[in-house]
Amino acid sequence: MNITTNGEAVSIDPLTVQQYLVSLGIDPRRVAVELNLDILPKAQYETTLLKEGDALEIVHFVGGGALRG
Amino acid sequence: MPSTNDKLVIAGREFDSRLMVGTGKYADFQQMVRAIEVSGAQIITVAVRRVNISDRSKESLLDHIDQKKYTLLPNTAGCYTADDAIRTCRLAREAGLSDFVKLEVLGDEKTLFPNNEELLKAAKVLIAEGFTVLPYTSDDPIICKRLEDMGCAAVMPLGAPIGSGLGIRNPYNIQIILETIKVPVIVDAGVGTASDAAIAMELGCDGVLMNTAIAGAQDPVAMAEAMNLAVRAGRLAYRAGRIPRKLYASASSPLAGLIA
Repeated sequence: MNITTNGEAVSIDPLTVQQYLVSLGIDPRRVAVELNLDILPKAQYETTLLKEGDALEIVHFVGGGALRG
Repeated sequence: MPSTNDKLVIAGREFDSRLMVGTGKYADFQQMVRAIEVSGAQIITVAVRRVNISDRSKESLLDHIDQKKYTLLPNTAGCYTADDAIRTCRLAREAGLSDFVKLEVLGDEKTLFPNNEELLKAAKVLIAEGFTVLPYTSDDPIICKRLEDMGCAAVMPLGAPIGSGLGIRNPYNIQIILETIKVPVIVDAGVGTASDAAIAMELGCDGVLMNTAIAGAQDPVAMAEAMNLAVRAGRLAYRAGRIPRKLYASASSPLAGLIA
């Protein structure tokens, strides 16, 4: 099925958000996820199944300060 | 030392250091970690960005920062609308599990001056959602007062444009802001070298936030130490109370007992 992750179209097998993050090599504790523009609380990663057409934003902290990152 | 009981208090949280530093623009994580350590800062700013899903080889910033030792202050750098800034803050809270945010909404790419209209909009929403909002704003006493009245935990007027290193361009505005505002006033942006930070503190500011001045110096670790000393020196001088400026001399040696 097709979803959009961080603005890129990707094709994946049906997975939970937790499984998808792990498949990308992402430590779920270190990121925040927005699913279709709503924050997805970490407690729901394991129970939320991704659906066709979902749009995900996966963000983390990077170096930044009093300047544009 | 008069500095021992001189804590910076933001939203009920106490900090010994009045210097806040960013984590951007360093050559590598090792240099960043060393500079932050030497700076003595306890609050460090971080940016929120998309994870690169096609290349996961890069190390994560949080692998290098001891979150027990430092308070992370996620920023909304790069946001030009209230909506983007609000979205970024919500994500930051979820990623960092803290409600402290450095709110900045920029006006244009050339000056990186704040868009205060959007800033006020975003601050209102975020405060209602329980965020502890530290807004980057213009050195405008009226806007600072409005931000304080809304419930911002501090106000962070700029000294000069972000990354410009021009220092405190309008100390008189900063003085008026300090007279009007009760929450901490933290100069954010514009510092170029140690004396700029000292000047901000001598004016009576509660803290200084900087990134480029340290990370962009030829020796960032040495500059971090200089900033640490400058912020402390400026604070001490402010608390000590400087002598008034006078046009003419006044002798420091006694006039009585002169041989001639």
